[in-house]
Amino acid sequence: MESLLNRYRNITVLLLVIMAQLVLLAVSAKNPDDVRFIRIWTVTAVTPVARIIEGLRGGSTGFLHNYIVLHDTNQENQRLRSELDRMKMENVFLKNELNTSDRAKAIQVFQQHTPSKTVAATIIFTGAGSNSKVVFVDRGTMSGVQRGMAVVTPDGIVGKVIAAYPTASQVLLITDPDFAAGVVTEKSQVHGTLKGQGTPQCKVDYVAFEEKVEPGEWVYTSGDDRIFPRGFRVGVVKAVRPGQSFKEILVEPSGMQRGLVEDVLILIEGVHQRIPDAPSGMQPIYIAAPPPGNESKPAGAAVPAPVGTEADRLRSQYQALGEEQKHTYGENPPGAKPPDFTRLANPGAAGQGAYPLGPAGKNTASPAGTPPNPGAVGQGGYPLGPPGKSAPPPAGKPPNPEAGKNSPPVPGAPPAAPPAASPAAPAKTGTGGQGGYPLGPPGKSAPPPAGTPAKNPPDAARRLNPSAGTPAGGQIRR
Amino acid sequence: MTYSGERILLSSQREGQVSRFRKWVFLVVPLVAILFQVYVPMFFPFLSFLEMPLLVVVYFAIMRRSQISGLMVGALVGLAQDSLSKNPLGMFGIVKTLVGYFAASVGVRLDVEHGLIRLLLGFFFFVFHQFLYWVMSRALLGQQMTFDWPHTAMLAALNAVVGVALFHFLDKLKERA
Repeated sequence: MESLLNRYRNITVLLLVIMAQLVLLAVSAKNPDDVRFIRIWTVTAVTPVARIIEGLRGGSTGFLHNYIVLHDTNQENQRLRSELDRMKMENVFLKNELNTSDRAKAIQVFQQHTPSKTVAATIIFTGAGSNSKVVFVDRGTMSGVQRGMAVVTPDGIVGKVIAAYPTASQVLLITDPDFAAGVVTEKSQVHGTLKGQGTPQCKVDYVAFEEKVEPGEWVYTSGDDRIFPRGFRVGVVKAVRPGQSFKEILVEPSGMQRGLVEDVLILIEGVHQRIPDAPSGMQPIYIAAPPPGNESKPAGAAVPAPVGTEADRLRSQYQALGEEQKHTYGENPPGAKPPDFTRLANPGAAGQGAYPLGPAGKNTASPAGTPPNPGAVGQGGYPLGPPGKSAPPPAGKPPNPEAGKNSPPVPGAPPAAPPAASPAAPAKTGTGGQGGYPLGPPGKSAPPPAGTPAKNPPDAARRLNPSAGTPAGGQIRR
Repeated sequence: MTYSGERILLSSQREGQVSRFRKWVFLVVPLVAILFQVYVPMFFPFLSFLEMPLLVVVYFAIMRRSQISGLMVGALVGLAQDSLSKNPLGMFGIVKTLVGYFAASVGVRLDVEHGLIRLLLGFFFFVFHQFLYWVMSRALLGQQMTFDWPHTAMLAALNAVVGVALFHFLDKLKERA
């Protein structure tokens, strides 16, 4: 037995050592926190030596820079750099807060929320391995650092703490293939997962093809991963390409654009921030006047109002009509004469800075067949009818000389019939117009012959009973 | 022992002289190698390709000509390297254990004082180290890594050249008989 062991001693020892390490590998792979004592010993043994070396290097280079090359300039430069970094972070935070619509609320929020609590750390050495993207910093559990904390710089995120030892911590850089963080784009608010690739650029994964992401767009942390607070800069989108299952988005990290930085900040208590708002597509956009020689718009048309919602367009039409007729809404005594809203239906009249309502001569604001509200009262005390039609004058008042000018067509009339108020249309006797009076020459409305019923029932009667005919005399009696 | 360029293979194990080193050399040299790998790339990133711990393991294995000594040095250096990386403990340990064992086995048969032999050994064991690490990463950890043969061969050549110079420097630390 002994000779057997002596004969195969080397291979036996080899197998034993490999088996022991396989067990160690299995245990540490299953539970990364286990077997920490080996790591603690090694890190504790290496950290002081690395600190001494770093101190010697920093001291010698500092001596060289401060006393040999430049005496005060370097100190001033370092002071300005640290102040600039601090102000950069503060500026980003303030910008995000002040972009909210309610400035008073933003100021209150800013007063209530303070910036994230951080602790400064210095990178003292990198991880072992040729392609390792892991670094060690000189802050550990004794400084309050815990595993899972975010590591940032004023320019952006750098990585996260994957192991915390008493005097040092291990940080996984964002360029490591095992790194992942939840991100969101600035403009399109597209959510994705930032992953390292082992190269200076990272990629954003799990972005669907239909999502719109543009190169040059900023990427921020979304806070979904519960590691990085929301609102921290990640980088700029450099390329967007279609991938196999998702879009392939490459991002250049802003936190490492100056190479591997020496000083970082570890977020002890992260504070979520608002992501800067991108310009919204729903905001009114100024559209310049059309170029000369554009025949689609009538001559003398005013500069079109800014494009907005349907309500904005209607409002501008009524406003233009009021200005044209020198009528100020809401400032007239009861019983005052309202503006002639029938001119809104006339494309010629609508060209005065207002938009056409729809097909010429038809008012699209109210659907056809909508019963009028008998109790509704509009400007000047007249009952409201379908928009675009002014109420007939009360009994006893002379007919409105303007009534026949731009009166709207009769609902239900053949669509081919020209508008009654068209300037080119010849005046027809017996044809009902505004208030049921036959139209005379343009600009005049002839009094109705006595006893002659109007062909078109008056507006008021139609409003009350769309199927009713014209009362006797064709006049509305109140 | 005077070196003869015509004899590379040793006719017997007794012809190979076992190099002896002081105990502190076994402690300091691997530590310096690990420190070099974790500190220098911070300021000279292009030097991250150098696998100084591997070269040190190969050197001690071929010079000691003891398989047990070689595998133990490899295991300890590999575990230390694992401790300072994000890998699970045992990845570099197993790989360098095997490198130390086989390097010692080869050193028994070859005249490792020859520069060309050292260059070839450095090249071969670098490729072996990277290949074995790749196999273990895919088989044991399930990581989808690719093995770039041309890139690995180029890095192996560079490490071999550096290894020859390093071995020449470490020869100064041998105990004189």
